[in-house]
Amino acid sequence: MIVCITARAPGTDAPVEQRFARAPYFVFVDTETGKSESIENPLIDAAGGVGPRAVQLLSDRGATVAITGHVGGNAARALAAGGFKVFAYQGSGSVADALAAYTAGNLQPIPLV
Amino acid sequence: MKIAIASGKGGTGKSTVAANLAWTLAHSRDVVLVDCDVEEPNLHLFFPSEATDVPVTAPVPEIDYARCNFCGECGKFCRFGALAVVKDTVLTFPYLCHSCGGCALVCPRGAIREVPRAIGRVSCSRPLPRLVLITGILNEGEVLAPKVIKAAKMLAEGHPLIMYDASPGIACPVIETLEGSDYCLLVTESTPFGLHDLRLAAGVAEELGIPAGVVINRSDGQDENTVEFCREHNLPILMTIPFSREIATVTSRGGLIVRDLPGWEERFAELSGEILGVSP
Ligand code: SF4
Ligand code: SF4
Repeated sequence: MIVCITARAPGTDAPVEQRFARAPYFVFVDTETGKSESIENPLIDAAGGVGPRAVQLLSDRGATVAITGHVGGNAARALAAGGFKVFAYQGSGSVADALAAYTAGNLQPIPLV
Repeated sequence: MKIAIASGKGGTGKSTVAANLAWTLAHSRDVVLVDCDVEEPNLHLFFPSEATDVPVTAPVPEIDYARCNFCGECGKFCRFGALAVVKDTVLTFPYLCHSCGGCALVCPRGAIREVPRAIGRVSCSRPLPRLVLITGILNEGEVLAPKVIKAAKMLAEGHPLIMYDASPGIACPVIETLEGSDYCLLVTESTPFGLHDLRLAAGVAEELGIPAGVVINRSDGQDENTVEFCREHNLPILMTIPFSREIATVTSRGGLIVRDLPGWEERFAELSGEILGVSP
């Protein structure tokens, strides 16, 4: 399973970013292999409609779970249509911390409708 | 002749000036007044009267699922996020769509068809025997203001004297409004902010090569900086409306100072003379 965590910098040590579609980086972690890949968000300065575009980016990379602070309405609709499970991480920890909290079942799901 | 009325920011009384000027002009000739402030049109408040509506539509994509193979090309192409391909759905967000037509072009399977969708309307009325009011109205949450402005202007096209009341600011909708105008009347206030915004608006008019003149509204009598700016930029100051409780009261209840206060019809007649005098 591939989990995407929004981050301020590349790598699993980077702090988690609260904004979803405007996050500077998306860190994808494959929970089976433990491998991670960081993608610089091409939408950070885009004018509008970033929510759906970010969701397509996550979808293209096979992610099915997203961990972030909060998501906007358009993004939520796209995430719901894509069958994503989205969890809120409001702490100030790193990507690895958020992932650990998720694995331990400590994160609240973000309702998408 | 086409006269645009603009201001660098909201609340300068731009619409008040437009309404009073239109009323005055409509005494002696046929005038079409176009409210191009499509997100917040307010000229109809000065001219209540029965109106006829024409819808304004924009083409948006519709997906033919019999053909689509979810390749994702359309979603990657759309810069506005109006399409997103996630799993086996093509999600559309019509209110984000700018109707560029690009997605239909890039779709390798010919699966995208464009269908019209209402984004606003143009409302048309005749409040005075010689005045036609055309109001562009953009539906709540829509993004294509220029499209509604274009439709409103189109409806006025062909009339000998047209006035465009622009939206405040200097963004795309204002450029769309000013395009094709023969004269631009800039309405400002004698405050530092007013001057800042006048500078921007005057810059737009200059950029588009439209001759301009200035009306100072709600003047506190201390307009030196504005006057100085206008002199430097060769902008004639055509009228100064003082700050007065009387004027504010008339205006706030949708009244016209040319009709309700003595002396103003003459002054607006003079103003219209000056503007029509620069007719190309
Ligand atoms: S580009 Fe065409 S075929 Fe590809 S996902 Fe979009 S609509 Fe479907
Ligand atoms: S017409 Fe243009 S803006 Fe609208 S969905 Fe297609 S690509 Fe996006």
